[in-house]
Amino acid sequence: MSLVNFTTREITCKIVYYGPGRSGKTTNLQYVYSQVPSDRKGQMVSLATQTDRTLFFDFLPLDLGTISGFTTKFQLYTVPGQVYYNATRKLVLQGADGVVFVADSQMRQLDENLESLQNLHANILEHGVDIRTLPLVLQFNKQDLPPELILTPPELDEALNFRGLPTFAADALHGPGVFETLKGIAADVLRKLSEGGGGVRRL
Amino acid sequence: MDLNPRFRFETFVVGAGTQTAAAAARAVAESPGATYNPLFIYGKSGLGKTHLLQAIGFLALERQPSLRTEYLTLEELVERYNASVAAGQLDAFRRSAQETDLLLLDDVQFLAEHLEMQAELLRLAEAMQAVGRQVVLTCDRPPGEIGELDERLVTCLSGGLLVDVAAPDFETRLAILRRKADERGVQIPPAVLETVAEIGAANVRELIGMINRLIAYQGVSDVPITPDGARMLLTGEVPEAPAAAPFAPAPAPAPPPPDEFSAFLSAVSTTVAQTVEAWRSRVGEAVLRWQGEGYRTRRLEQLLLGDDIPDVTAELARFGADVEELRRLAEEVAAFDPAAAGHACFRDPDALEEARSYAERVKEGVTPPPPPSRGLDFNGYVEGAANEGAVRAAKAVCADPGRHFNPLFIAGPSGTGKTHLLHAVGNALLAARPGTTVACLSAQVFTEELVAALDAGRIEWWRRRYRRADVLLLDDIQLLAGRDRTQEELFNLFNAFADAGRQLGFTADKIPAQLAGLAPRLTTRFEAGLVVELTAPDRPMRAEMVRRLLAARGVAAEDEVVQYLAARPADSARAVQGLVNRALSRMDPASEALTVETARLAIEGRPPRPSQAHAVSATVPSGLDAALGSREKVVWDWPNVGDRLIEELR
Repeated sequence: MSLVNFTTREITCKIVYYGPGRSGKTTNLQYVYSQVPSDRKGQMVSLATQTDRTLFFDFLPLDLGTISGFTTKFQLYTVPGQVYYNATRKLVLQGADGVVFVADSQMRQLDENLESLQNLHANILEHGVDIRTLPLVLQFNKQDLPPELILTPPELDEALNFRGLPTFAADALHGPGVFETLKGIAADVLRKLSEGGGGVRRL
Repeated sequence: MDLNPRFRFETFVVGAGTQTAAAAARAVAESPGATYNPLFIYGKSGLGKTHLLQAIGFLALERQPSLRTEYLTLEELVERYNASVAAGQLDAFRRSAQETDLLLLDDVQFLAEHLEMQAELLRLAEAMQAVGRQVVLTCDRPPGEIGELDERLVTCLSGGLLVDVAAPDFETRLAILRRKADERGVQIPPAVLETVAEIGAANVRELIGMINRLIAYQGVSDVPITPDGARMLLTGEVPEAPAAAPFAPAPAPAPPPPDEFSAFLSAVSTTVAQTVEAWRSRVGEAVLRWQGEGYRTRRLEQLLLGDDIPDVTAELARFGADVEELRRLAEEVAAFDPAAAGHACFRDPDALEEARSYAERVKEGVTPPPPPSRGLDFNGYVEGAANEGAVRAAKAVCADPGRHFNPLFIAGPSGTGKTHLLHAVGNALLAARPGTTVACLSAQVFTEELVAALDAGRIEWWRRRYRRADVLLLDDIQLLAGRDRTQEELFNLFNAFADAGRQLGFTADKIPAQLAGLAPRLTTRFEAGLVVELTAPDRPMRAEMVRRLLAARGVAAEDEVVQYLAARPADSARAVQGLVNRALSRMDPASEALTVETARLAIEGRPPRPSQAHAVSATVPSGLDAALGSREKVVWDWPNVGDRLIEELR
């Protein structure tokens, strides 16, 4: 996937929200969608079950208009978090320019977080992408829950962030931290451009 | 008309629409008459045609200061033409026009309105092309679309290279704006320049007009201009954002707290500007810088056109290293042969391999010595009794070089055609045996090259260079008188050539035995070959010369005129040419034919009067010319002595 096309003067970024089931990936997208002005609003595609579990993936196209002469488009995807949908996750990860790992801050979900993170690494590797070159940020979601139920950002950082990635505390349901996360990953993805090599490096 | 110093290649921003035109223009400027002749640049107004045209003039003059360059618009050419017709100086006009080495003619679309000029331009363009002089024209449309244009002129103008210039794209517009702002020494925020570039001016003049307006407004305003302000100022469009004032007010009011999406958008915009555009700018600036230094930047321009983002730092470093190597090679080459250092391959990092092998060849002395002049061949050489033997010998040499007459020594007074014959031999040998190296130069240049080689301590290289030649033809050998070192080198070269059975040819104003100041070991060797003499052209030869000279000028003349001119005393081809020129100078510009009366008026300086004297002059046999010396100095009309006496008596 071409990140920046100088011929058509387009920038297209594919950002995938990854994480364990029920960590709040779709909620992130829904909040972003709710904040987009009506004239820029595209169609958010969500394939969910009756109990609002993501079946395949969510897709939110964001048309940011012309920036520095480039028509800039962001495509936000989520993957189904449930373990048995790994094939779909791999498919959605294909061609991703950046990944947001949405971790569930609840103490009892720590193992699921770790498992999903390992699953992310494995799937990225299967696509032949060097994880060290792929822009990746961590979001510690559900920080609005009672403190006794959740781990603090430093604790989560200690447990999950062994690569020293940018982290964001968030409450996707009400909004805090959602756009900070999106800004963080967007900046990382775009900054890759200045380093040359077209962004993500294949192994 | 003088060239505008602002219009140079260094200040021309090359975009996708002007790439071909700029490359062709540069090629023409680097070697006028050799590549695309004529070069016809067309495109809508304000896209840089005049800029390119004048840039050709500047670069060509920089490289060859002695080049006769003329830049003028079609209207100016028409004015000059009309003035010359009115003053009866059409011939002078034609002569001066045809002697221009590089003619730059702007805005030829107005030719449709000047039918007589079309014929004149056709004549001029053909005459200039015939002798390898360059014509470059600009127009707002291709030749075929200029209404009422003579078909022959369309063919002539289309015969070289037709190249169009198109409107600048976004990047080119941005680059032009940046350069203009830099030229004016004005700081304009990049975002404002981008906004102006986005407005999409139809041509460069409009774009420059826009930036002039910005600069003017900024000059009277204390606050910096904003992108929205610039848009409103230039297009009258009110931007989507609520800020309606063209300029940010000095104490900026606190903006309303932005919603999260706007803040995100703004953050992305900043990042894109810092990354994507920064990358583009780096390559763009490198392109401008290297182009400014005269290097071809095709490789970098390709990067900008590609879909993928390259490793910019590595690409720029590679390009810089290649340029550095080209510089080093050019410097090395310059030490051997300054002219060779100007070779185009030293300006093209993509031609590094070629530059390396070329430099290697130069260092080994493989670059050939000066070749014969292309225009001097046997076709243009008038044969007759005065040069019969010499021409026969020269042709025998061409048929079998190095065998029969080696060396061939052509002796004769100045202007009898020695140089022409020598170069004709060189050209015939080149034509018959492509790939042969023929060194054909004057003894003066030969000496100068030797002195330069001695000065630079590369005498061995100089010797190798000449020893690699297959034929050595030296003109005006008498100029070596007293130059012992050159004679010694020539002696060695002579022996090397003679031993290897390679052809040698010399010319001098006297036969070898009469040449003073030349070592006997040389003169005796010259005599060992074949010495042929050229004498002053006889009347039939002069008649033929006159015929050819008149035909070359496109002037019709009766045989009577030809015979009259041929009968004038002239001891050389140059003298005949002088006579023809004088005769033509008095010709009526409106008439196509030269009459005897005009010729006589021009040469003898008095109106023709029917008199016995003229009758006598017409019957004077040609053989008497030499005895009479100059016909003009003979008094043919003696005053009546009786009248004179009566006058004095009174």
